[in-house]
Amino acid sequence: MSADHSHVDQSQGHGSMRDYVIGFVASVVLTAIPFWLVMTDTFSTGITAAIIVGFAAVQMIVHMIYFLHMNGKVEGGWTMMALLFTLILVAIMLTGSLWVMYHLNANMMPMPHDMSQMP
Amino acid sequence: MGQTAISGTEAPGFYDLDDHAHPEGHSTMLGFWIYLMSDCLIFAILFACYAVLGGNFAAGPGPRDLFDLPLVAVNTAMLLFSSITYGFAMLAMQRGSKRQVLGWLAVTGLFGAAFLGIELYEFHHLIHIGATPQRSDFLSAFFTLVGTHGLHVTFGTLWLVTLMVQVSRFGLIAANRRRLMCLSLFWHFLDVIWIGVFTFVYLMGMLR
Repeated sequence: MSADHSHVDQSQGHGSMRDYVIGFVASVVLTAIPFWLVMTDTFSTGITAAIIVGFAAVQMIVHMIYFLHMNGKVEGGWTMMALLFTLILVAIMLTGSLWVMYHLNANMMPMPHDMSQMP
Repeated sequence: MGQTAISGTEAPGFYDLDDHAHPEGHSTMLGFWIYLMSDCLIFAILFACYAVLGGNFAAGPGPRDLFDLPLVAVNTAMLLFSSITYGFAMLAMQRGSKRQVLGWLAVTGLFGAAFLGIELYEFHHLIHIGATPQRSDFLSAFFTLVGTHGLHVTFGTLWLVTLMVQVSRFGLIAANRRRLMCLSLFWHFLDVIWIGVFTFVYLMGMLR
């Protein structure tokens, strides 16, 4: 049954029970704290927003390492390269969209509110 | 190949003359990872749309009027539980225990179904009170982003049931192990996307 799986098994990292439990406990903590902060209004809006975004970023990395078993060696480093390339594209797309659209209103020609006067 | 002199003007050319073996499925995991990255770009576009349009309420209801955080917390827990139970299925696969793989896959599928049930209940409630996708930019972007994620979970659950049938009929053969590993990546990837959804849509929405 297990004679032919050696090649497949080497191609992707494998987790252990320890990995999954660490990932799960870390995720529970990193999820519970943001929900608790928002539900109880402990800090001001700005501080809470900064904390929950930070926790989300850390939790994504935890998932990548402990659930998706990412490291620089899987598939000779190509999965990591693909991931980094995608993250760069996502960063450009998100910041670019927000930047352009944020300035869009400011860059529009002033218009009267009553559009019936327009030709 | 090594004896050819490389001059300054001529680019060295290398030809792979030996046709070495390509075992079936040797590139599946990398290919599936590339697919997941393209899926990641789809979600990035939907997140960007939500970030740009999410503040346009058209004098309609906003996140504070609509979102029920305890429900979202339960939903998040369902997806997180399904992630670790899928991990247990993968560990059972490494041990070669078909019965345990099927058991953990069934538990994972139930958590996935519970997630979908809660999400459908939420959508039904929103539409029932008039917060439909047509109501405002915010709601269009919300339903598109969260709905696309839900659609992924739906197809992941269908795939999971399919693999349960495959494993129960043919056992943990190499092809089924490969398929289970692809679904593992897909399932954990959807949980990563959900982190973005509950943080930027639900929690940040309540702060807005």
